[in-house]
Amino acid sequence: MNTDTIKVGALESEAIYIFREVVAQFEKPVLLFSGGKDSITLVRLAQKAFYPAKIPFPLMHIDTGHNFPETIEFRDRLAKELGVELIVRNVQDNIDNGKVKEETGKYASRNMLQTETLLDAIEEFGFDACIGGARRDEEKARAKERIFSVRDDFGQWDERNQRPELFDILNGRIDLGQNVRVFPISNWTELDVWSYIQKEAIEIPSIYFAHKRKTFVRDGMIWSAEDDVVYREEDEVVEERMVRFRTVGDMSCTAAVLSDAVSIDKVVSEIRVSTISERGARIDDKRSEAAMEKRKQQGYF
Amino acid sequence: MNVLKIATAGSVDDGKSTLIGRILYDTKSLTDDKLEAIEEKSKQRGFDYLDFSLATDGLVAEREQGITIDVAHIYFSTPKTSFIIADTPGHIEYTRNMVTGASNSQASIVLIDARNGVVEQTYRHFFINTLLRVKDVVIAVNKMDLVDFSEEKFNEIKKEIEYLASKSAYKNQKLTFIPISALKGDNVVTGSDKMSWYKGETLLNHLETLEFDDVAEASQTRFPIQTVIRPKTEEYHDFRGYSGKIYGGDLSVGDTITVLPSGTKSKVKTIQFFDKEYSKVKRGSSITITLEDNINISRGDMLVKENEEPTVAKELNATICWMDKTPLQASSKYIIKHGVNEVQAKINTLTSIIKTDFSGKQENPSELVLNEIGEVTLKVSKPLFFDSYSKNKANGSFILIDPKTNNTAGVGFIQ
Repeated sequence: MNTDTIKVGALESEAIYIFREVVAQFEKPVLLFSGGKDSITLVRLAQKAFYPAKIPFPLMHIDTGHNFPETIEFRDRLAKELGVELIVRNVQDNIDNGKVKEETGKYASRNMLQTETLLDAIEEFGFDACIGGARRDEEKARAKERIFSVRDDFGQWDERNQRPELFDILNGRIDLGQNVRVFPISNWTELDVWSYIQKEAIEIPSIYFAHKRKTFVRDGMIWSAEDDVVYREEDEVVEERMVRFRTVGDMSCTAAVLSDAVSIDKVVSEIRVSTISERGARIDDKRSEAAMEKRKQQGYF
Repeated sequence: MNVLKIATAGSVDDGKSTLIGRILYDTKSLTDDKLEAIEEKSKQRGFDYLDFSLATDGLVAEREQGITIDVAHIYFSTPKTSFIIADTPGHIEYTRNMVTGASNSQASIVLIDARNGVVEQTYRHFFINTLLRVKDVVIAVNKMDLVDFSEEKFNEIKKEIEYLASKSAYKNQKLTFIPISALKGDNVVTGSDKMSWYKGETLLNHLETLEFDDVAEASQTRFPIQTVIRPKTEEYHDFRGYSGKIYGGDLSVGDTITVLPSGTKSKVKTIQFFDKEYSKVKRGSSITITLEDNINISRGDMLVKENEEPTVAKELNATICWMDKTPLQASSKYIIKHGVNEVQAKINTLTSIIKTDFSGKQENPSELVLNEIGEVTLKVSKPLFFDSYSKNKANGSFILIDPKTNNTAGVGFIQ
């Protein structure tokens, strides 16, 4: 045994505390896992919270069908390594059965369509708590959200009537049909997440690191030209660029950034001096000032 | 990764959002795309200056009405420190959201409009900071540019707050007065050449020098059990770990502990964090421990050190801040959530309503309505193990849940 004294970092300690509250207070929690850096961080924190036991809830991915192949490969491998159940529900199924209608055109995205599939899955499995990797620094509607965020039968967020959340006492009592979205890394910033990944040497999908990719530029943003789902006009010029992705959403609405950061240390230094916000590369947030708030009201996480 | 959590408070239009915007702007924490969005919107709305509240008021209803309804959390850092600012609403009807913000903060900024001086809302905000025992309170006298940077005006306000503080029961509070103009940037991040009479630090410099007081205070060791870890795998067949966050004090391998409520004693065998073992753990840490003896411990039990037992009782006196539309009445029943422990509670008596302007109490009221603060005695179905709030914030506070709606209806501070 080592003779060290441990003082767990405040953010890490807070997140682990939240995970343990979820497992104690809910019957059927699930961790929403996209294979992105935030949900990968959640998985590590969950591991720490319950070690040496396994993570006591499944992971679930609402797959839009437009995800980066690197992320999907990573997702499947991680779940297997951890010995945790991975549930995948596909937005494509709801498109095929006509429950949702796919957008078309230049800015088409499947992001909005995720909500329907998520709500179906919650009902199918009877999940009462969905743990997500949203952070308050990402977007201003998210900055308003509680750590335990109660949603009604329809998954709706009543932003004007949120439960007060005092000290670190978390009230997870809900009525039948209600659901709680839980955000253990609410108080982390993008830099905190990257620094944690660096410190813990956590593996992340390769698209987060700089690589050569065929790309084109639209609206001042760099889009992948290697993936069929990204809409491209005929006159938009494809060029090979050294890029990486700072956030990993749907391919159709996630732009890349020019970068030569090929290691986690370089990524952290790059983020430290960046003058563009993380969600600056998400076209779906730019639709209107209230894009995220609206999605949340409809049941998005 | 240590962070200082700060809450802001102030009356409507005292300029809280402007102040936060100013801090973000001057510390270059606003990214280009966010700044562009603010510039564009401000222009669209015909404002002469950048409306920084657009950076923090994240809800449609807030932007429509130009007010802050709920707490926004804003993140920024300087080379020295990482900060989280809880931007809380000023309107009286959103007092509960202000308490929410302040309860999670180690320091607080109370804004006062220099033109209006101390108003009713200032009393309330100052009172809540005192009730919550927020140690460092900055009184930021804002809009100094609109009173000709008058030293006299500033001193007037300072004197009035100091008088209020003299009536407060919490004597360890540290008050710092800073004259600022959030709009123009005086004394926020950079100093001011218009107020040479002010010799103190800028607001940001002051915040940077505050101590990183842990969420858990330097008190006796309190370790409430959140979950019991039983892996039931080949490798960890007999493993029985107790997980939780240590509030106050510390814990070392070999320490003799008492389990509450049973009173059983044992010794700490291991302290674990993920795949490593440690000999000692400090307060604020979420860890897992194992004990020498195989005893029956479950969620809600608390481990304490020998001879450091808290009060164990079924009746207690508390100050309550009420947060629900349905008023609190004597004889009402609630669920009390004290730490991770949940038990039934019944209000015995509603003793008084405390006036937040420090002018005294109203004895024997019939009910406590939304946003009022009062004193009660209450009875619980099973003994709680608690400290007074002044000794240990985590073990001295609780929430009351309305069993009909499951809403958090009030917050209590044990006397």
